Amino acid sequence: MIAIVALIKIIVVVLVVLGTVAYLVLLERKVSAYMQDRIGPNRVGPKGLFQPFADILKLVLKELIVPENANGFIHALAPVISITVAISALAVIPFGNYIVIGGQKINLMIANVNIGVLYILAMSSLGVYGITLSGWASNSKYSLLGGLRSSAQMISYELSLGLSIIGVLMIDRTLQLDKIVTAQGSGLWNIVYQPIGFLVFITAAFAETNRLPFDLPEAEPELVGGYHTEYSGMRWGLFFLSEYTSMIVSSALIVTLYFGGWSLPFVDYSAMSPNIAAVLQIITFLVKTGIFIFIYMWIRWTLPRFRYDQLMNVGWKIMLPLAILNLVGTGAVLLAVK
Amino acid sequence: MSNNGNGKIKPEMTFWERLYFPEILHGMSITMKALFRPKFTRQYPEERWVPPPVFRGRPVLVVEDETGVERCVACGLCARVCPSLAIQVQAAETELDKERYPVLFEINMLRCIFCGFCEEVCPEEAIIMSKEFELTFADPKDAVFGKDRLLTPRSKLEDRLEFLKQYR
Repeated sequence: MIAIVALIKIIVVVLVVLGTVAYLVLLERKVSAYMQDRIGPNRVGPKGLFQPFADILKLVLKELIVPENANGFIHALAPVISITVAISALAVIPFGNYIVIGGQKINLMIANVNIGVLYILAMSSLGVYGITLSGWASNSKYSLLGGLRSSAQMISYELSLGLSIIGVLMIDRTLQLDKIVTAQGSGLWNIVYQPIGFLVFITAAFAETNRLPFDLPEAEPELVGGYHTEYSGMRWGLFFLSEYTSMIVSSALIVTLYFGGWSLPFVDYSAMSPNIAAVLQIITFLVKTGIFIFIYMWIRWTLPRFRYDQLMNVGWKIMLPLAILNLVGTGAVLLAVK
Repeated sequence: MSNNGNGKIKPEMTFWERLYFPEILHGMSITMKALFRPKFTRQYPEERWVPPPVFRGRPVLVVEDETGVERCVACGLCARVCPSLAIQVQAAETELDKERYPVLFEINMLRCIFCGFCEEVCPEEAIIMSKEFELTFADPKDAVFGKDRLLTPRSKLEDRLEFLKQYR
């Protein structure tokens, strides 16, 4: 029974996320177009709403090109690693409290892991393998440079990412994401207590997802696409998919850690019937996540890309000290309050 | 302002600018405003652009509306001046006042570079740059425009003729 419920949850979440990704691509194209005084795709279907299907059809039908002297197996494996890791991270994110079906209480998260935060950090650091391996297996200088940049960038920013979360963990005293949400639901959101931690976290999250201004691994003008230069068809599509999936995951994580997840301040869910409350919670969660996904796109079309030395400077000389300061400060305040 | 050594002057940043985050928010406010600016896109096949008279589209031969005779006297100057050798003219005699007319007048639109020299050199104002710019061919043979496609009544070219009168 538990296995069936878990399976249903997995299928629903994966399908919803992949469908959302298709439409996020359309949204990104629309947002970028509107910010550049253009209209964007509007030909396929009403207002261009069927554009994602045309895109996917094109990707599926395209030839998979493997460069000469490339390591074929790893070349094929790399995008699979990327997408697997990106989707796996979704498993511990709570998108609602619980629903009751036939007297059974079903938690609205796939896996209630008691070290959810650690699990997500582990998964996001595995994501670097997909990119680095693809760069190495392509047997192309641009891809290799992209892969190397990616590994250096991920290592630099993972530290600040991890350290900035610790502030939240110290306040809420748990690694379980749904408990972090319930802790915020009864009081103020963590953003109030952790503004610096939040800034460090969101910056590091941008770097982790390889989005502008930290998209050095792909850097179109200098690396012609970077790690995915030598990919075509659906293998390239998988990289694309994983980029957008990890964008969803990190937006959801930002919401869960700093903006109260599915909870809203001054709304008492316990007074409602659990199923109605669950629907409201899911809507709240989706709206909050959507806002952050939009911020991702907004930033992408606002800021230019960092230079490599600037990236390293920001990572090691500013973000890391800030994260440590935040950590020490939080500790001191917690001790004083106690 | 400070000099950074290579002669270029680099403006110094204020404290708030060096903090970077306020500047990001400033940039974001600019892109947010851009989101609601009017758009410049023209929906091409439905909404077409009508070029102004200065525009040089494909060259055409002017035909007088009253008589239905083309102005061209087949002097061959356009063929001589054409830098890309796109024009071919064959003259013949006629009973009309102008005495000569082109039996064959061909412009290879794959060679034409729309420079307008033919129009400039023509003593009779007989070859004129039209407003037509949508030229696509499925076969290179279709790109050679003969008299059938070049002859255009003067009433359709008034804009350009007026422009030439004024500015040349």
